[in-house]
This record gives sequence, structure tokens and C-alpha cells, in this order.
Amino acid sequence: MTNTNPILEVRNLRKNYGKLTAVDGISFSIREGGCFGLLGPNGAGKSTTLEIIEGIKSATSGEVNYKGVPIGDRFKEEIGIQFQSTALQDYLTVRDVLNMFRSLYKDTVPVQDLIDSCNLGEYLDRDTSKLSGGQRQRVLLALALVNDPKIVFLDEPTTGLDPQARRNFWGLIAGIKKKGKTVVLTTHYMEEAYVLCDEIAIMDHGKILAIGAPDRLLKEHFQGIWIEIPKEDFKSSSKEGLLGEFFEREESIEIQTNHANEVFRALLERGVSLNRVKVRSQNLEDLFIQLTGKDLRG
Amino acid sequence: MMQSFKRFLAALNARNKEFVRDHAALGWNFAFPILVVAGFGFAFTGKSQEIYKVSIYQPSGQTQQAGDLAFLKTQYIQFITVTDLQPAIEKVERHQTDLLLAPGTTGPIRYWVNSTSPKGYFLEKVLLGSGTGATQAFSKEEVHGKEIRYVDWLIAGILSMNMMFNALFGVGYVIVRYRKIGVLKRLKATPLKPFEFLSAQALSRLFLIQFVSTVLFVGCKWMVHFEMRGSYLDLFILMSLGAACMISLSLIIAARLSSEEFANGILNLISWPMMFLSGVWFSLEGAHPLVQKIALIFPLTHLISGARAIMIDGTPLAKLPMEVGMLGGMTLVFLTIGSSIFKWE
Repeated sequence: MTNTNPILEVRNLRKNYGKLTAVDGISFSIREGGCFGLLGPNGAGKSTTLEIIEGIKSATSGEVNYKGVPIGDRFKEEIGIQFQSTALQDYLTVRDVLNMFRSLYKDTVPVQDLIDSCNLGEYLDRDTSKLSGGQRQRVLLALALVNDPKIVFLDEPTTGLDPQARRNFWGLIAGIKKKGKTVVLTTHYMEEAYVLCDEIAIMDHGKILAIGAPDRLLKEHFQGIWIEIPKEDFKSSSKEGLLGEFFEREESIEIQTNHANEVFRALLERGVSLNRVKVRSQNLEDLFIQLTGKDLRG
Repeated sequence: MMQSFKRFLAALNARNKEFVRDHAALGWNFAFPILVVAGFGFAFTGKSQEIYKVSIYQPSGQTQQAGDLAFLKTQYIQFITVTDLQPAIEKVERHQTDLLLAPGTTGPIRYWVNSTSPKGYFLEKVLLGSGTGATQAFSKEEVHGKEIRYVDWLIAGILSMNMMFNALFGVGYVIVRYRKIGVLKRLKATPLKPFEFLSAQALSRLFLIQFVSTVLFVGCKWMVHFEMRGSYLDLFILMSLGAACMISLSLIIAARLSSEEFANGILNLISWPMMFLSGVWFSLEGAHPLVQKIALIFPLTHLISGARAIMIDGTPLAKLPMEVGMLGGMTLVFLTIGSSIFKWE
């Protein structure tokens, strides 16, 4: 249930650490009730941007407005945060930390609701230091929800989780969205962003390179499809006159084209077997790589 | 206001649970001072002063008159100049000083010796055997009193020292570790205010220190039957003030640091000189005047001095304005600095 009104507006946000510019004058707005994803390679400025919006870090310049006004003291009561890495106090059980965090806020959700919505029942009386990665992330999510927040910030919440735990977590986030809350998410997983986010911004070097709904961005940046043919089925002379762009991989040839009918027809005419051909459309990962490059980041 | 108190209580409750459930740390908090008292107390009781200790009474402004006495050149005797006669006599009564000598300008040279002190007996023989070196005669003043054993004297220092380590490392080190591992960052994202968090940490530790100290006090009393001549309430109030002062000092260290190793170094840099120069193990009376002056900057010095005055001399708290004033003043200064420079990250 996405509202068109922005709940958060970021204007000309900049953050410098000495000579290093971590966030370079970015602007965007986040609609109420939607899921907004910040994507980018390591060191792109995602977490810094998120922490400035959350009020954890101060900006060098620029402003962040919540419901049309600059964020103030009340903001902390209305947001929930799950940091990329968070430690909890030692020797406290899941129940202890839930109760402690509930006591820090004015308006809170009943403990049982948190237990149910985040599936905490099995290990409620377990020391938080003895939880598995997935269990721990669910506890941290529950802590982000104790105050029934209007906005939930999740900084790489599924990093390090196995596929089952990750998909389970996606379900929890989808549940939060269903309740009408705004979710702001950073992630390295493009599939995660595609499944969960209504809108994404791809960042690199502190700047936003692209912003919009995932499907719209894909349409804007890519046309046509990818055709993948094993190298042994493809003759080097076959590519003459084909409508598309060729990419030679280790095991295959890839053709990006907007004229699938013509390409397939031409390939058959030139005797190329299509029995093992694969066809796919471009995804967010392709877009991410196209925009941010293939260089290894820190 | 109510909401603020609720947050404070939540942080306090969490910290208390942490401490109580950390059995290893809790056990060590009790075991360490008991081991020290047992070790040092039994090792030194009855042979606490390997050298003889003689006080030379010299009222302020009076020129040195005792210099001619051959006795003063005797080796292996520690001579301490005192300016107040009555406290010096009380020390002879308690065997804390073996002999008190008051060489006057005229008349006989008075000396005080405890009739039940073996060391006093030997020193008296040495004194009389060495002669006055002049026409004056010696005049003996015999005093009586139960011996204050080394362990009686030591106990206030041990309790105070344990309090110091407990406060410095129990608050300062813990907050630095919280900062390093991200606990403080998570709390910063909540409406919890630094003052609420810090006061919860401080109060939690204050309660725990007082609880541990009370258990230790009772345990040691039962174990070594040390002297306690003053008011228990006065001692409790002074100890609370001392603990608050140490905790406040630790908050300064914890205000910004995020390296446990560095914090550990700073805490050791503060605690070790305090331990050795605040009179935990030995009296500072005979120490170099500069050392005595340096010792005054340590809160532990004032805490131990006040605790000994209450426990050994039975001095009421109202008569310890220096100790109470210094501890109270330092607490305020440390708290102000610590809370004003505190950062979550």
C-alpha cells in the first residue's frame, strides 16, 4: 500500500571525512508505505547516507526532512533501526533485551506480538550471544519494531545468512510492508532488492547513479534479451550480419538484442543448433554491474 | 520526566543483570580482596614493621633540638617528625609507633612507650643506653592500649582499593567495550539520553560495589576480627562517596575511548600509582614530603585516610571535612567533565 506522499526527503546531502567525500550532494525522497532500497558496492556511501538519515551521524551539509520538517527529537520515537552489525549487552536473554528496548520508548508493541511476528518463541530465554545468525537477525528486527515505528531502516539485514534464513527474513520484511510501514533497506543482494523494493537508488562514490522502480530502471537501461549459446555450437563466421551486440565468455557466446526473431532465424539458417540455447532478460545485477563497473571494491 | 526515569531504570536493570549473571567476574570481585586480606593479613600480623618506628615530637615553629641525641643516629630505626602530640601518643598506644620522643628545650626529655610493646621495650633500652648527650634526663610516660595489628590497619586500604578497581574497570572498561562492539551505537538510535545511560551505569556499579564491600567487610571481620571503633553508618557514607568519586573518574576515561587496549593502559596508569601512593599497604607518614603531596591528588588517599580514621580512631564523619570535601569535590568535577565530553561513538 504505497502512498505517493514522501515521508522522508533528502536534499543535497554531503558527508566529508577530511578529504574523502563519502556522500556527495545526493537528493531523493522516500514515499510513505513503500520499500526503498539503497544499492551500491562496498564503500559507495549507502550506510553513511542511512546513518545520517537515522540521526546517528551528522551531515557535513544538506538536510533531511521527516514529514516535511527537519528531523528532531521525536524522530527517534517513530523509527526503528537494524544496523549492519550490532552487539547487544552481555548475559541478557532475548526476553530481557526486548523488555529493555520496550522501556526506552513511549509507545510500544506488546511483547507477544513481536515474538509472533519475528518467530522468536523458541529461543526467548536464550542468551543473545548464543543465537545463530538468522535468529540473531530476527531478534534485531524485533528490536527495530518494539516502538511500532513509522519507518524501519534495515542496513544489510540478510548479509551472512544462508538462503533459507534469507528467504525467511524476506517474509518478515514483506509482513512489515503489509502493515503500512515504510522500509528503507540497503543490500548487496540484487534479488533481494528486486523482490522487496518498490523503488531503488544505485549509489557509487557517494553519488546516486540511478533511481526509480526496479522494472522501470531495467526498461530504461536495457532493451531486448540476452541469448546465450555454448561456444561449441557457435561458428565464428555465424555472427556476421546478426542484429545485436556480441560478448564472448569463457564457455559461451552471449548476444544482447532487440530483434530476437531475426537473430534466431539467422542462427538457424547458418546451421547453429539452438537445442542448448538459453534466453534471459537483464536483471538488477546486470544493471548494477553496468552502472558501477566490474572493479573489485574493498 | 517519568519517561526519562523509565529509561534510566531499564538501563539500570539491564546492567545489574549483566553483572549478576557474569559469575566469573562476580566471583572474582569477592575472591580477590579476600585473598589479598588473607595473604597480607596473616603474613604480616605480628611482624608488620620490620624496622623500628620512632616519632619525634616537634611542635610547629620549634627549632630542631633533638639532633644532639645519639639515639637519633641509631640505624634501622625510622624516625618520623610529628607536630601533634595527642595523635602521636595514640599511635604508641596502638603499637603503630614503637616510641614517641619529645625533646624539649628545657627540662627532661619526655618519651612515651607502650608497656606491652616488645619493640617499645627494646627501643627504650637503646634510648636510655645511648644517653641524652647533655645534662638533661629522660622522663618516661607509660601508655597502655591494645595493639592495632597490621591487618587492622590494612583492611580499610584493601576495601578502598577493591572499590577503586571495581569502579574504574567495572564502569570505564565496560563502557569502552560497549562503544567498540557497537552496543552504544544501537542505544544511541533509541530515545535513551547519555545522562540516563551514564547514571544507570554509575548507580548500578555503586550498588554492586557497596554490596560487595559489605559482604567483604562482614567476611573479613569474621575472618580476622579487625578493629572497628567508629560508626558503621559513617563508614558506609564515606565508602559510598569514595565509590561515587572513583566511578566518576572512570566516566572521564570512558567518555571517548573506543580501544579496550588503550583504555586498559590508561586505567592501569591511574590505578597503579594510586594503589602504591595512597597508603594502601604502608603509611605515608615517613614518605618523602613530595610523595605525600602527590598522594593528595588521588581520591583513594582521602578515602583510605577517612576510612582508617573511622575504623581505627573512631572519628565521626563530621570531623573529617578534608576527606569528605575532597571526595565530594572530585566527584562533582569528574562527573561534570565526564558527562560533558561523552560520545556514544
